[in-house]
Amino acid sequence: MDSRTDLMSLPAETSEGTASRPLLEVQDLTVEFATRRGIVRAVQNVNITVAKGETLGIVGESGSGKSVTSYAVMRILDRAGRIAQGSIAFSGLDLQTVPESEMRDMRGREMSMIFQNPRAALNPIRKVGRQIEDVLLQHAQVDSGAVSERAIETLEQVRIARPRERYHAYPFELSGGMCQRVVIALALACRPQLLIADEPTTGLDVTTQKAVMDLVVELTRERGMSAILITHDLGLAAAYCDRVMVMEKGHVVEDAASGTIFKNPSHAYTRKLMRATPRPGVSLRGLLPEQEQPRADQTKTVRRTSSSTASDALLVVEQLVKEYPRKDIPTSLGKIFSRKPPVETETFRAVDGISFSIAHGESVGLVGESGCGKSTTSMMVMRLIDKTSGLITFAGDDIGEIPARSFATLPSRKKIQMVFQDPTDSLNPRFTAARAIADPLLRLGGLGRGEVRSRCEELAMQVGLPLEFLDRFPHQLSGGQKARVGIARAIALKPDLVILDEPTAALDVSVQAVVLNLLQDLKDSLGMSYLFVSHDLNVVRLLCDRVIVMQTGKIVEQGPTERVMEAPEASYTRDLLAAIPHPPL
Amino acid sequence: MTETTLNASAATALKPARNSIFSHAKYVIAENPVTGMAFALFALIALAALIGPYIVPHDPLASGTAASLKPPSFAHWFGTDQLGRDIFSRVVVATRLDFIIALASVALVFVAGGFAGIAAGFFGGWTDRIVGRISDTIMAFPLFVLAMGIVAALGNTVTNIVIATAIINFPLYVRVARAEANVRRDAGFVQAARLSGNGDFRILLIHILPNIMPIMMVQISLTMGYAILNAAGLSFIGLGVKPPTPEWGIMVAEGAANIISGEWWMALFPGAALMIAVFCFNLLGDGLRDLVDPQRRT
Repeated sequence: MDSRTDLMSLPAETSEGTASRPLLEVQDLTVEFATRRGIVRAVQNVNITVAKGETLGIVGESGSGKSVTSYAVMRILDRAGRIAQGSIAFSGLDLQTVPESEMRDMRGREMSMIFQNPRAALNPIRKVGRQIEDVLLQHAQVDSGAVSERAIETLEQVRIARPRERYHAYPFELSGGMCQRVVIALALACRPQLLIADEPTTGLDVTTQKAVMDLVVELTRERGMSAILITHDLGLAAAYCDRVMVMEKGHVVEDAASGTIFKNPSHAYTRKLMRATPRPGVSLRGLLPEQEQPRADQTKTVRRTSSSTASDALLVVEQLVKEYPRKDIPTSLGKIFSRKPPVETETFRAVDGISFSIAHGESVGLVGESGCGKSTTSMMVMRLIDKTSGLITFAGDDIGEIPARSFATLPSRKKIQMVFQDPTDSLNPRFTAARAIADPLLRLGGLGRGEVRSRCEELAMQVGLPLEFLDRFPHQLSGGQKARVGIARAIALKPDLVILDEPTAALDVSVQAVVLNLLQDLKDSLGMSYLFVSHDLNVVRLLCDRVIVMQTGKIVEQGPTERVMEAPEASYTRDLLAAIPHPPL
Repeated sequence: MTETTLNASAATALKPARNSIFSHAKYVIAENPVTGMAFALFALIALAALIGPYIVPHDPLASGTAASLKPPSFAHWFGTDQLGRDIFSRVVVATRLDFIIALASVALVFVAGGFAGIAAGFFGGWTDRIVGRISDTIMAFPLFVLAMGIVAALGNTVTNIVIATAIINFPLYVRVARAEANVRRDAGFVQAARLSGNGDFRILLIHILPNIMPIMMVQISLTMGYAILNAAGLSFIGLGVKPPTPEWGIMVAEGAANIISGEWWMALFPGAALMIAVFCFNLLGDGLRDLVDPQRRT
């Protein structure tokens, strides 16, 4: 009963504006998870205060407990988790004493959450307008007559163009950025006082990220809402938050205003994170912690000479085109069985006549946003898919003419290898690390069984994977270790060209720093060429001699990395550069 | 071969990261006691199939009119039938035949349906269409009627029961295998395998098949129960194993006629055996999935 009266008096209280009391006050919070290996403390003795109208950033790497903290606040921990200790007060109301039925009512109305993957957060078979109505009706915000007008209004507020039309759209008809706007609209529909955004822009392009974050900040400021932004990206937190909290392994290690935390970080972990964040004016070696510094200058010179001496081209791509049919063109039997008549046979050009070359020992960055055709290009060069037209010449051979299906067993397969984007997805769950690395050696290496193991160990040492991890399965390895296994597999056959498809996109920044340095070391010692596919210009700048910028299947700009980064010619490149959040350093 | 050599030379590596299958089984069973019960039942059924004929108290075929239609007693635990045969002995001995029929048909359909399904899911296109249409055709019939037809046409033998049971289960295996292979077709590890120089068939067998085994194991366990039921059903209606061979379906059929005159034990005990076997295989499916899933072996 007590809690109910508290809840009722809530809106009145806020309108009076009791500025003295923070909106959210978490004290000494400890969250435990019961697992097979006993109790794991995901969050320990965490204190958080969020004042009214304040934006707090919680920054940390995976496993730091930043998401768990927010789940505890929302009381949406899964079954195995429980709040072992501490108190959570929301507008002075102790959330732990609130019954579940009222908590359900408060979620969405008083506090709401934006999740990482907008597509997963939306019901795929319900119109987005209806989904917003559901929330409005659930919390009895409007009567059913006016509800669709309110939904359209809400869509308009999150800057969705033509909201009246988009009301009838299904999530699959909208882009990732649009979906995230709808999710924001859902979260803000009932005008909550607290918004928790859990990695709201991970998986979105930089320009979309900027648009989404600008929108979130603008809407929260406009309405005097408080917000918690959970992110792994220090730059993002610094750019959009008033205050930043850094978490490491369940503990808060630093809590300060975002201006001061970047000027003089007090904790060693914060400094390590900041060093590891790729940013302008820092070399690749500068990302590593202080103690691993000295080698910096010599490798830099090696890289320069290797790129200047290499004049003959290893890979030449000319007028490469990849077309996809818009709809499956039905074959004769397909016509008999397909229910729908063929709608259109128009083709879609994913890659539209691009030309570039890569010299021996050179590393080239291929940059663009999702859907620009960079992955399709790399797959064609990799000979995993067939081109529509154009020429792919590798070391003088026209490999573009060989069908992708028969390329797998040819000797030239050894010369082009790839490091995949997702280290987890690219390892067979049933193969140990050693077996994964041994696979190319056994198929194409022509090594005896005894030699394979010693070569595996040699490779593991090269990529810095401790030997005892060789007999583990992928799910027993961390993200960084899996990335190392993927790299070891790619270099096992001593290839001439390695395509790196966003090899660090799924990794924490500190791991990314180490992996990027490893890739540079390997290139210096083995003399490989890299084609580095990425959406992150800051990362490309660190590793590449030259950069190619793609947009909608075409190359809009290419040239030496420094020139493109400092004096971009194409307006699209300028947009990309401007969208990167810069920490105030 | 490769794994063993790799593991052998890895003996020097520090500590084994994998825990033994036994400790894992212990964990799975402790987490879900029903799984433990299913495994115990399975062990009992397997034991009866293996050594049943040597330990039963009476000859399952020996008849004696003096002891006909006796209710359960110390001498005859489950009673006797109209020819005076001991029902307990017959129920135990029948386990082997039913078990063999189920096992053989499931093995057959696993190989045929599993491979057709993986190939359909992996290659798509024509392979997919042909395999898909074949399984649709089978699904178009009431499955038990189809099995009856096959056995009636091919002849009343155990081999034909096995074939008929395999055919009616074919679409189930095709669908599961196809769906699982299809989602893995473009997975990173499959592309990585291609880069390592694996041809399509090696990718199917070495990379995709082991990864869909967990879900196939569940399917195997579920269809084992269904296969037993199907074999018994065929015998029940007189298509299948011929009397006097002890078989659960025939025994239920013979007993059914006597229920009305009060001899309930003739149908009850073989029916209960049938029910327990099917129940056991259905429960086993869940347990097996937990056991063979590498994600849970941490």
